[in-house]
Amino acid sequence: MRFILRRLGFYLIAFWVSITLNFLLPRFMPGDPVSRMFARTQDRMQPEQIEALRRLLGVDDRPLWEQYIGYLHNMLTGQMGVSISRFPTPVTEVIASQVGWTLLLGGTALVIAAVLGNLLGILAAWRRGGAIDSALPPILIFIGSFPYFWLAMGALYLFGVTLGWFPIRHAFSDTIEPSFSWEFMSDVGMHLVLPALTIVLVSVGGWMLGMRNTMIATNAEDYITMAEAKGLRPGRIMFRYAARNAMLPSVTSFGMSLGFVVGGALLTEVVFAYPGVGYQLLNAVQGLDYPLMQGLFLTITAAVLLANFLVDILYVRLDPRVRSN
Amino acid sequence: MTSSIATTASTVSGETLAGSRPGNPVGLMPDGGGALPPQGSVRQPNRTLLHGLLTNKKAMAGTAILLTFIALALFAPLLFPDNPSKITGMASQEPDAEFWLGTTAKGQDVLALTIHGARSSLLVGLTVGFASTFIGILVGLASAYFGKFIDEALSLTTNVFLLLPGLPLLVILAAFLPPGLGTVILVLVVTGWAGSARVLRSQALSIRSKDFVAAAVVTGERPMRIMFREILPNMASIVMGTLLACIIYGIGAQAGLEFLGLGDVSTVSWGNNLYWAGNEGALLTGSWWVFVPSGLCIALVAFSLSLINYAVDEVTNPRLRKIARRKIQTTKPVAAGKRGAA
Amino acid sequence: MTVSQTSFGSHEPVLEIKDLTVKYRGDTRSTTAVDRVSFSIGVGEIFGLAGESGCGKSTIANAIMRLLRDPAEISGGSIRFGGRDVLSMGSEELRRFRWQDVAMVFQSAMNSLNPVMTIGDQIVDIYTTHAGYSRKESLRRAAELLELVRIDPARLKSYPHQLSGGMRQRAVIAMAVALKPSLLILDEPTTALDVVVQQEILAQIKELQHELGFSVLFITHDMSLMVELSHRMAVMYGGRIVETARAKHIHTAPQHPYTQALMGAFPPLTGPRVPLTGLPDGVKFSNIADLREVSPGHFVSPLPVLQGAQP
Repeated sequence: MRFILRRLGFYLIAFWVSITLNFLLPRFMPGDPVSRMFARTQDRMQPEQIEALRRLLGVDDRPLWEQYIGYLHNMLTGQMGVSISRFPTPVTEVIASQVGWTLLLGGTALVIAAVLGNLLGILAAWRRGGAIDSALPPILIFIGSFPYFWLAMGALYLFGVTLGWFPIRHAFSDTIEPSFSWEFMSDVGMHLVLPALTIVLVSVGGWMLGMRNTMIATNAEDYITMAEAKGLRPGRIMFRYAARNAMLPSVTSFGMSLGFVVGGALLTEVVFAYPGVGYQLLNAVQGLDYPLMQGLFLTITAAVLLANFLVDILYVRLDPRVRSN
Repeated sequence: MTSSIATTASTVSGETLAGSRPGNPVGLMPDGGGALPPQGSVRQPNRTLLHGLLTNKKAMAGTAILLTFIALALFAPLLFPDNPSKITGMASQEPDAEFWLGTTAKGQDVLALTIHGARSSLLVGLTVGFASTFIGILVGLASAYFGKFIDEALSLTTNVFLLLPGLPLLVILAAFLPPGLGTVILVLVVTGWAGSARVLRSQALSIRSKDFVAAAVVTGERPMRIMFREILPNMASIVMGTLLACIIYGIGAQAGLEFLGLGDVSTVSWGNNLYWAGNEGALLTGSWWVFVPSGLCIALVAFSLSLINYAVDEVTNPRLRKIARRKIQTTKPVAAGKRGAA
Repeated sequence: MTVSQTSFGSHEPVLEIKDLTVKYRGDTRSTTAVDRVSFSIGVGEIFGLAGESGCGKSTIANAIMRLLRDPAEISGGSIRFGGRDVLSMGSEELRRFRWQDVAMVFQSAMNSLNPVMTIGDQIVDIYTTHAGYSRKESLRRAAELLELVRIDPARLKSYPHQLSGGMRQRAVIAMAVALKPSLLILDEPTTALDVVVQQEILAQIKELQHELGFSVLFITHDMSLMVELSHRMAVMYGGRIVETARAKHIHTAPQHPYTQALMGAFPPLTGPRVPLTGLPDGVKFSNIADLREVSPGHFVSPLPVLQGAQP
């Protein structure tokens, strides 16, 4: 319990830091990008909208601490201003309409990569010098060396444009009405294949090598020798004794790597014009849509922190030593 | 981040290593190294590390690839004296005798763009790598040496930075800063240092608790000397691994940033080449030769660095090289040592 | 090779080791950790193996159960158990041989228990794998087993880190006798424990041995414990046995200088306090010769050339 509370406190601090970063950036960065943005878009806005955005982005005469308190209040109550690129939709609405797709894509890819990678790592460590152990790591390291977005481009070109096996853009076909029908779901699935495959390909190697190395360290533990001496069956030793312990660090790095994987997923979305937050982030960058950029940063951060917290709770369930402390 | 997984992978293994790898890798010390004076334990591992790397196939292959790219980058102005962005041919030409890698939709020579691109990409990658590692070393050493409040504060900062999702953070930083090479480097260092700091701190902490450091403290050596002469040399392999991971991160993240159009789009770099390839619809028109070379170069450089990193792990952690040695710690060294001493 | 002296109790030894040689292969050279070692253990006998750390005694223990991994390998000799050749067992036969015929109590109980499984589950594993009991039946037997070593059966639900050091070691001992093996290997079972707990554990082992009648291979560097517990014992040095005899003979009349030094290095448990003597600095033995019988059942390696007290 104390462990959980401590982690929770830590995540709150991290969230506070990201809000504060958002607050400080437009106020202290040179070059005044905000005025540039206003110059481009002012004529479309209502005066009170302009005023609200000015306050949000620091074009404001109030003392700094007063601005800061107001800003914190706004963020915590979900008032992130209006999007410029999709004027006049509020930022929160823009994000809410897209975050589901990112969760679908990122979640699917992450789970597949983690499960597959960890299994491969376990097998590789168990059969040291075997086929999996000698052939896969170099191949996966090589694939993992490619930028996410480049592999995405390659997959799109090869399987989408040239071979035509999979759709190349968006999350579902324009011709199908979104519903819970089989037709729509399978269409979504088809659109998911290439982007998810890209993310899995790049990230599976990291999982595998991490798990393999921890497994090798775990296999040298006395309790593995004891389990062997006990005459248990190899499968039992491998999963219940070795992998079960080796997975603890892996669970921790699962949380840590979330931030990275999200980044990769965002770039992959850009390539496939997949309508998630990553694609939106590109639109925000191109449209100088600072409120949306900041909102996206905050939302993604919050999601990553929340996921980490869930991982912590899982960790407590997995490691009895943490549970009792 | 684009190349993030390489970074993650080595962070993961680095973490495990920090736990399992003793200050002096036992496998590398011939006979019972425990009682050696600090000087001995300082120098020996580094020399063996170098020797191990020189005889390691992975390390040599990685170094060869890396050196090739560095040479190409250095000699780019000689190979292609013209401005690589200059339009020299027809639009979207397939590779042929004149343009070995074809031309872009604008009619630029892809080969020239690719070779010139190495300059910016390697420069940024190396700068970011060295700067992030340097910060990581400072933070790690300070954390380990001073401990207590300083350690708490530094660890908290490190962990917060590690937790903030990298790409969105890159994007908002890059969006608010004036565009340019300096911004790209600064932003990448800001987002990249935390990973190395975390790994280096845990290693520095374990060395800080060794007796020879305590001895140095007691004999009144200055903090700076203890940190940089006693602790740091014993972290050589981890520092090296971190540096490689940071360079990989730098090159990949720069490419990702530029691909989003957040770099300085007027410079020629691998990331910008890919940005333009995407913008000019190379994928949809089927001009694979426009986007393949730059991506392949990024991957090859990252792969070569991964190979070297992997080799460092293998050389310094005998467990990864040989099949798990278990009882050896309790039996072999003493028996061998006793006999050797007799 | 000589050691086939009559075993305690029965004429058919439970365990018979002949010329066992184990090497650790390094990158450039290999080290012989166990060098042509022979001994046998009779039914119900407690056989002690003594020597300083690194002399190869734990390696022998691991070799008997074929637990050695690269770079260690058995490069010569034979291990026979109840007439069966251990070194030629197939993997399934070996798996059944382990724990059903020979069980082992490892040096550190903390490290030899799986930290993420309850004590109960770790015992249940043994029963379900070897005896084919249902989980419920296994749990019932596990509870009995804990009672046997005087641990509250409620502890079945505890994780290793929730038990004290002594309790953990007793739990490991309980696991070791779960299948009533005919040989129990104790690899420094009390090293990490304080003296009082040490005595409790040893009493426990004696009691169980009395009750269940298994043979014991007892490995320690603590000569007084060994003399107290063992019927016969062997002293190892540098991978070789330098002396073997009945424990009380070695206790009263150690022949080999190394044995004498070891005996002098520990205070007697009872009796007057005497100054301790160890091996003088710099004294090493090399080229230890094969054992020779000096009196019935007492074998000693002929006195080596002393290369001592240099330089």
